[in-house]
Amino acid sequence: MSLSALLPPITLMTSLLAAVLIFATPEHRSGLRTTINLTAALIKLLLVAIMVWGVFQGVDYHLTFTMLPGVAFTLKADALSVMFAGLSAILWLLTTVYAVGYLEDSPNRSRFFGFFSLCVASTMGIALAGNLFTFLLFYEMLTLATYPLVVHRGTVEALRAGRTYILYTLTGGAVLLVAIAWLHGLVGDLPFRQGGHFQQAASDLETPLTLIFVLLIAGLGVKAAIFPLHGWLPQAMVAPAPVSALLHAVAVVKAGAFGIVRVVYDIYGIESVAALGLLEPLAWLAAFTILYGSVRALSQADLKRRLAFSTISQVSYIILGISLFGPIGTAGGLVHLLHQGIMKITLFFCAGNYAETLGIHRVDELDGAGRRMPGTSIAFTIGAFGMIGTPPLAGFITKWTIASGAIAANMHWAIAVLLLSSILNAAYFLPVVQRLWFREAVNDWPHERFWGRLETSAWLFWPPLITALMTIMVGVLASMPFSPLSWAELIAAREYLP
Amino acid sequence: MTPSLLYAFAGAGLCGIGMFGFIQLRHLLRKLLAFNLIGSGTFLVLVGLAQHGQGPDAVPQALVLTGIVVSIAATALAIVLIRRYFHLSGHTSLEADDSDSGQGGAE
Amino acid sequence: MITAWLMAGLLFTPLAWAVLCLLLDFSRGRLVSCLGITVQVLVSLGLWVAVAREGGFLYGLGGWEAPLGIELRVDGLAVTFILLTAIVAGACGLHASVYLAPDNAWYRYFWPLFWFLWAGLNGVWLGGDLFNLYVGLELLSLSAVGLVALGGGINALRASLRYLLAALLGSMAYLLGVALMYGQFGTLSIAGIASLLPETQALVGPGMAMALMLSGLALKTALFPLHGWLPPAHGIAKSPVSALLSALVVKASFYIAARLWLEFGHELGSTAVAQLIGGLGGAAVIWGSWLACRQSQLKQVVAYSSVAQIGYLFLLFPLTFAVSDTASLQAQQGMTLQVVSHALAKAAMFLAAGNLILATGSHQVAGLAGVSHFLPFSLFSFGLAGVSLMGMPPSGGFAAKWMLLQASLASGQWWWIVVLVAGSLLSAAYVFRIYQASFVAKTGVDDFYHPPGSLEVIPLLLALMSLGLALVAEPLLSVMALSLETGGAP
Repeated sequence: MSLSALLPPITLMTSLLAAVLIFATPEHRSGLRTTINLTAALIKLLLVAIMVWGVFQGVDYHLTFTMLPGVAFTLKADALSVMFAGLSAILWLLTTVYAVGYLEDSPNRSRFFGFFSLCVASTMGIALAGNLFTFLLFYEMLTLATYPLVVHRGTVEALRAGRTYILYTLTGGAVLLVAIAWLHGLVGDLPFRQGGHFQQAASDLETPLTLIFVLLIAGLGVKAAIFPLHGWLPQAMVAPAPVSALLHAVAVVKAGAFGIVRVVYDIYGIESVAALGLLEPLAWLAAFTILYGSVRALSQADLKRRLAFSTISQVSYIILGISLFGPIGTAGGLVHLLHQGIMKITLFFCAGNYAETLGIHRVDELDGAGRRMPGTSIAFTIGAFGMIGTPPLAGFITKWTIASGAIAANMHWAIAVLLLSSILNAAYFLPVVQRLWFREAVNDWPHERFWGRLETSAWLFWPPLITALMTIMVGVLASMPFSPLSWAELIAAREYLP
Repeated sequence: MTPSLLYAFAGAGLCGIGMFGFIQLRHLLRKLLAFNLIGSGTFLVLVGLAQHGQGPDAVPQALVLTGIVVSIAATALAIVLIRRYFHLSGHTSLEADDSDSGQGGAE
Repeated sequence: MITAWLMAGLLFTPLAWAVLCLLLDFSRGRLVSCLGITVQVLVSLGLWVAVAREGGFLYGLGGWEAPLGIELRVDGLAVTFILLTAIVAGACGLHASVYLAPDNAWYRYFWPLFWFLWAGLNGVWLGGDLFNLYVGLELLSLSAVGLVALGGGINALRASLRYLLAALLGSMAYLLGVALMYGQFGTLSIAGIASLLPETQALVGPGMAMALMLSGLALKTALFPLHGWLPPAHGIAKSPVSALLSALVVKASFYIAARLWLEFGHELGSTAVAQLIGGLGGAAVIWGSWLACRQSQLKQVVAYSSVAQIGYLFLLFPLTFAVSDTASLQAQQGMTLQVVSHALAKAAMFLAAGNLILATGSHQVAGLAGVSHFLPFSLFSFGLAGVSLMGMPPSGGFAAKWMLLQASLASGQWWWIVVLVAGSLLSAAYVFRIYQASFVAKTGVDDFYHPPGSLEVIPLLLALMSLGLALVAEPLLSVMALSLETGGAP
């Protein structure tokens, strides 16, 4: 077996092994635990970087063995998977750093970091899965691995949120299982393939294929928080900030969106989805979710809840982008998979910093926080402007590309949705920014802590600044090779090749 | 009606009576006796039906012999348990609710 | 030649050890039994490897031929179950040797009963004729009843008496069916009857025999609505005993029922019967899971979960009757995977539950608050086993569910999909209820008893096996599919 076949499983094992080691680490050995965590994260980043380079060169990373009669367990790295894997590898490193600082001195850290690694391992698996069956394995594993993180605090609200989360995701998983099993029973084991499998959908399969598609989207839509399946996401906010960051930027929400991309492009093929007449309803659904999330975000007083509704809206940009027929729209949707992750993780890191340093949870408590915590507030501002779509930040690139895609696909209404959504984004983010910088602090902070020279702990201080810098860089350098945009365009070009 | 069929029918009848008693009676010892009645009925059926007129068949004899051993073991175990149960609780029946008598109810 | 020695070791050890242990007290029995467990595990492994390499064979016990002698069929499925028994029973035995306190005088009967139980199980897996299966089943039931009653109070005795009565009624129904079968066909060998059936005109007698045998076995397997005896017995027994009962003993009677159905069902069954049994299985899945959600005692939750998981097994009946060969094969594979994964997972779960009860001193689910901070191992094992029960990947439970889903789709009986999905969601509900209880934050005082490490490792290993089962499902299934090389009726 060649090295190129082994690279995906090794990447996967890095996080799995880290999880096992961390579970076995005694609670008080925090130094050892942090070392394991960071080493694993760095190794994985390196491995993913190798694979990115390899995929660019056209190397085929592929490992498969029969698991059950007729079903193969397949791991493979193509352009799309290394994109998602790269995102999670980078953001895992930063989130780990952040989480180490965030959970300093809190109980149950071995448990937390163990499941944290397991969660990232599942995300890696989702990225590297080579067929729907393997995807399902890791998709469900992700559900199980995130539950302990959501209920980590063990409070009544946390447990309630955990219950809601599990109810939604397991039901979604069951629907997905039925859909995948049905598809498997109908046409056998389908590996993910660029261009899809049903270019000329046989007419007698049209009805089941349509039904299966609806079930697949419904099952995946739970994690992607598509309206009306989004109910768990705002509730899951009670989790610690690094978990929220992970849930929103890398793992759960993205897993759903990524799955939808896989189904639309690599199972059905965009042409056949369009031929089945399913592309436009998907676009409408995404458009509605975009507006719905934004409108709901307006009225949220809790900062993290506001960010949560913002996520619901932003993730649907991805769905909207990929359901615009044409490579430009596809590239826009795919690039947002990365851009949204980077921006949203910045915002959650900042929200966590405010909560941890000043004890602030609500938007109206933020008055004057910019003076007290300039670094964090600069990062937040960049993230917020990025979300709104200010040039030349990441969000602008996305919206511009999706809008061009909409014109190319002759779906002009999507531009109206984008514009309206940007106005709404501004309406719920600008007041926060304004409070940060242009208001005086009236009262003392609810629960202030001090860390010497820096405004907060160094572990908490640097990650948001780095991701904020990335938000700028991916926007400014969008046309460079290996930038998210050019990578997304590469994928899109391959998807539409005959 | 051949004698062997007669045995079989008698056995079936015994089984029926035993089954009725097993489900209907509440006293544990009576239940146990009813079980033994079913056992005897079954052995009669086994011996009776197997005589196809080609002379005695050794297999059913062996089977019944084994069956008797098994049922004695079961009876002995049951008696031990019933006795100990009676010593500890003073009851001679399982206090199952009246709605189901045979298999006992969910607790 | 080596296989003959292996067979002799396999059959001789449990009976010899049972007699030997009768003469010893608990602590000495423990020493002797650990040796016996090692022998059994090695022999089973050897036999499994032998059959995996060279295929199955028929084995005449003591050189006697059927019909007077006892002939055993050693095929892929049987050796796999023998290996499973060796692993699970071995684990339960080792766990019990630490878990049970040697000062209770009654426990000296644990080892003899344990070994008789094991002998009965091996007999059932290997049995090739109806009557030997009956003897194996009786040996199994009687020792199981004894184990439940062991050293318990009134409640344990009541549960064991109830269990005994159900088991006896079940065996008698089965034996009556055997008598009718012998009366009709003059042979007891399953293969022999199956070869005679197609030419038989009068199917009333055999049909009645089949009905009697199946209902007796259903009672012993605790199929809904005949499950009433199971939760009290499994809930109140000592944890290693509960593990043995739930993991293996109920499977034995199911195994016989399944074999009867697969051999005779084609002639003696009908769509209505198949659907009825499947429907009862489906009802067991839903009703058992629902009741499991509502129990306040930890072990009762696990016991009701067994009722539900057994229900899945009975989906085999409709999914193999009058369907395509592919669907039937998928259903059989799903069923065997379910048996194996449930055995491993449920044993792990009961053993872990025993540890948790030992640690918290409480039988209640709510007593688990704060456990996740101090006893991650036992909780982890419990959790992993739960993953398999829920049918989440990559566990064996998932593999089984997947195969059953495929079988339902291939046979067009889509209604079983509803059962499968609803069942796994409901089982998630009761499993997560327990996780949730353990995550409840509690003031950080460690007031738990910490069980010895060996008690914690055993369930963890079992749970890991059940979790990883799907990854090796394909090679395992290919061994299970090995039939007798000699084949045919004796």
